[in-house]
Amino acid sequence: MPDRIADIWGRRTPYARDGAWPVRVDQKLAEGVQEADVDRWVQSACTLCSNGCACDIAVKDGRMVGVRGRAVDAVNHGRLGPKGLFGSWQGMQHGTRGSERLTQPLVRVDGELRETDWDTAMERIVRRSRQLLEEKGPLSHGFYTSGQLFLEEYYALGIIGKAGLGTPHMDGNTRLCTATAAAAMKENFGSDGQPGCYADIDSCDTMVLYGHNMAETQTVLWMRVLDRLAGPDRPRLICVDPRETEVARLAEVHLAVHPGTNLALMNGLIRELFVHGWVDEEFVAKRTIGVEQLRETVEPWTPEAVARVCGVAADDVRRAAELIGTAERMLSTVLQGFYQATHATAASCQVNNVHLLRNMLGRPGCGVLQMNGQPTAQNTRETGADGDLPGFRNWENPEHIAELAELWGVDVDRIPHWAPPTHAMQIFRYVEQGSIGFLWVAATNPAVSLPQAERVRRILAEPELFLVVQDLYLTETARFADVVLPAAGWGEKQGTFTNVDRTVHLSDKAVEPPGLARSDLDIFLDYARRMGFRRNDGRPLLEWSSPEDGFRAWQECSRGRLCDYTGLSYERLRGGSGIQWPCNEEHPDGTPRLYGDGVFSTSLSAAETYGHDLLTGATAGPEKYSALRVDGRAILKPAAYTPPHEEPSEDFPLRFTTGRTAYQFHTRTRTDRARQLHRAAPAAWVELSVTDAQRLGVREGDVVRVSSARGEIVVPARVGQVREGTVFAPFHYGYWEQGASGPDGRPTAANELTATEWDPVSKQPLFKFAAVRVEKVADGTGPAPAPTTTASRPADPAAAPATAGGADAEVEERLLPMPAGEGGL
Amino acid sequence: MLLPVYIGLLHRAEQALADSFRQVAAGHGGEPDVFETCHLLAGQCDAHTEALRPVVERYGEAEDQEPERLHAEALSETRSGPLGLLRDLQDLFVLASLVQITWTMVQQAGQALRDEELLAVVRRCTPENEVQLAWLRSRMKQAAPQALVVAA
Repeated sequence: MPDRIADIWGRRTPYARDGAWPVRVDQKLAEGVQEADVDRWVQSACTLCSNGCACDIAVKDGRMVGVRGRAVDAVNHGRLGPKGLFGSWQGMQHGTRGSERLTQPLVRVDGELRETDWDTAMERIVRRSRQLLEEKGPLSHGFYTSGQLFLEEYYALGIIGKAGLGTPHMDGNTRLCTATAAAAMKENFGSDGQPGCYADIDSCDTMVLYGHNMAETQTVLWMRVLDRLAGPDRPRLICVDPRETEVARLAEVHLAVHPGTNLALMNGLIRELFVHGWVDEEFVAKRTIGVEQLRETVEPWTPEAVARVCGVAADDVRRAAELIGTAERMLSTVLQGFYQATHATAASCQVNNVHLLRNMLGRPGCGVLQMNGQPTAQNTRETGADGDLPGFRNWENPEHIAELAELWGVDVDRIPHWAPPTHAMQIFRYVEQGSIGFLWVAATNPAVSLPQAERVRRILAEPELFLVVQDLYLTETARFADVVLPAAGWGEKQGTFTNVDRTVHLSDKAVEPPGLARSDLDIFLDYARRMGFRRNDGRPLLEWSSPEDGFRAWQECSRGRLCDYTGLSYERLRGGSGIQWPCNEEHPDGTPRLYGDGVFSTSLSAAETYGHDLLTGATAGPEKYSALRVDGRAILKPAAYTPPHEEPSEDFPLRFTTGRTAYQFHTRTRTDRARQLHRAAPAAWVELSVTDAQRLGVREGDVVRVSSARGEIVVPARVGQVREGTVFAPFHYGYWEQGASGPDGRPTAANELTATEWDPVSKQPLFKFAAVRVEKVADGTGPAPAPTTTASRPADPAAAPATAGGADAEVEERLLPMPAGEGGL
Repeated sequence: MLLPVYIGLLHRAEQALADSFRQVAAGHGGEPDVFETCHLLAGQCDAHTEALRPVVERYGEAEDQEPERLHAEALSETRSGPLGLLRDLQDLFVLASLVQITWTMVQQAGQALRDEELLAVVRRCTPENEVQLAWLRSRMKQAAPQALVVAA
């Protein structure tokens, strides 16, 4: 059986263009457990990346003992990645590897967190909430949630915030991972909503990965690409990434741009499309607006100009543009290398522009996947638990607000819509200034994941702040809380969630949560009940008694919107494959692709936004938007390049960027509790190029100090394959194993270095760029603890032993015939 | 011809706006979006001043004999705190509006003179001025409820 730590992507199952991706069922059971021992298998989908792989959880004696991929599912055709195989079920377990789950509510007494019961904890929350509402009103309340909860939980929270309390201060950590995906789709197509689908990998002849290290961030999606690449008519691959990732290694063209220069590259690629006539003039004339302005904006960006600014060869720019320009079926994917970088929305919009210019949307093989970073990020966006309104509604459209008011049975004025909902970074600023006195953090760990960690810790520690933290574990963030609520997690509760390509999955409850832990939905409903939130007719605002009640309520909210769920039900989602929204009377089996008819969500009544200036984020407003007469056409949105704000200097001569490794997720709260994953990537490191390492006198494994204007980390160095002048660190490594909320002597969190800055439109923080310097502080005692199987591999293969998991990491892979009715979508 | 009076008004107002954007950026570094955007917009104002240079060279800048009633000078200092931010952005809005209406008057004269060079400068610069106003309005609308209702 293959060692899936050593071999992340498993056995190849090659297939040809327009063929069906073969089924391979991946299964991992706990040591000593045989398939015959399993009491039952419970349907779910993996929540350790945004791909949404359907799986069944193995249950024995009331415990989760393993997992297998679901053969019938359109997303993964049975496969799972290392995080899913090892981390999903082991990460939930209580009491392994010294990692206790939270099993009882905690309240702060005399400065210490002490165990208590639910009544005491909730009453403390409600008392403070009521007091602040009376003294300062609803703007004193803020909520910071996640990309990890279920749809029903987000929708409940959205209703509590908007119709119960009436505060605009609610956002998700989706702001860090996926806000730009939504923003870019809104600007070009009028609404959030992924145009393409994963099956476009099966049919494309060209794939472009923009700032997307798919091989590590969505390992199962990458298996699909690898299987096409191993097939008879492999797609041409283009990679834009400053690192020599697995994607880059297999690409025909690798554009290793300087961090911060994506927009210059995109403008150059688009210019080539115009120059060589690789534009569908008829489609552009009939179905888009803005082409002349776009043509003018990109005019200065010759391949030579791009080469100068981005640090790539002009001929590579020409070659990439030629592949894009001559593709017949092209799939583009975009992720954090664009979303968390300078000009995030502007650069991501240019990818959409490329597809509009080439009329490559809505047909098999022709799609854009503006990726998500998290498994349920799509639902945070849909339900309005982040800086959006439920059902992709537009805060500037009074009719949309009236619809929500009617659904919820409250006055229109109750729902804050005088400005866009407040984004996460601004919420933390209001906490810093003291105008938000009540902050509820659910299923996220801002003490490690937000930029400029030292500042965030200071804000969370504000004595005036009342902080509620709801989590599975005592995270770095939870240690700052006034009240800690123990939550039930994946496999311990029921609900639905939606992945990058709009596929909705049901996740059933497999086991009981540990101790007194309760589902996030139950916690939110309890708060609403205790607060006495009511509709105008006197009934409780949230009368749900189960997740399915919440799902039905959400279906009504989604009715007639692009994300229409009205044709789905828990029953329909059970047994077969996940189903892609919109799913309604018109599309009873769901919808693989959007916009095949060239009609976009840009009409005045449909649009989720009336648009922004990409440079400043200024809103255009309904009058200006109306004057454009967009009327269902797409908007070609140009943006002129401006240099990044923080350039390398004499003091800080190197460019710092951050990212993920294949073996860990987020702040490792679940993945590091699986020993296979822990061993593969046990501790923090930083990657230097060979040239920079030589200049600094640093050898493999030497301990270095990386400093920026904000702070420093002290970690071992991997002399690796990052481009010269650039320094990379994984962002997973905080301080929870040490029982601490912050560093004690040797800081490791990449966000000690990053700056508080965000994209003007999507408000996504810019994690991908900081100016730093590197100094050696000690000789190493061995190689850096970085995997050798991924982009973090050493430049010299002999410098570190190969990453492997041994017998413990062996996984069963079964090749199965395609189930009837699958494939060839 | 009194167009040089308006050329002078415009030239000085763009310079004052550039200085003021920088002043507000310096005074509100704790708001990173304000800091970065104000610097960006100050650069636009510099470019407008530069774009006006050939026009200034042709027409010259004149002082009229009218007394100044409304003093449109660069901000000399900034305030602090949420309310201070709102007031400072509002001052910028007033200055940027003055710039906007002055461009409009110069454009009117340019049309009457059929001065294509001048009109090209107007076409190049005024859309950016519009965006500046739109950004200030968006940012202030976002900040006002918190600053006026909750902040101490």
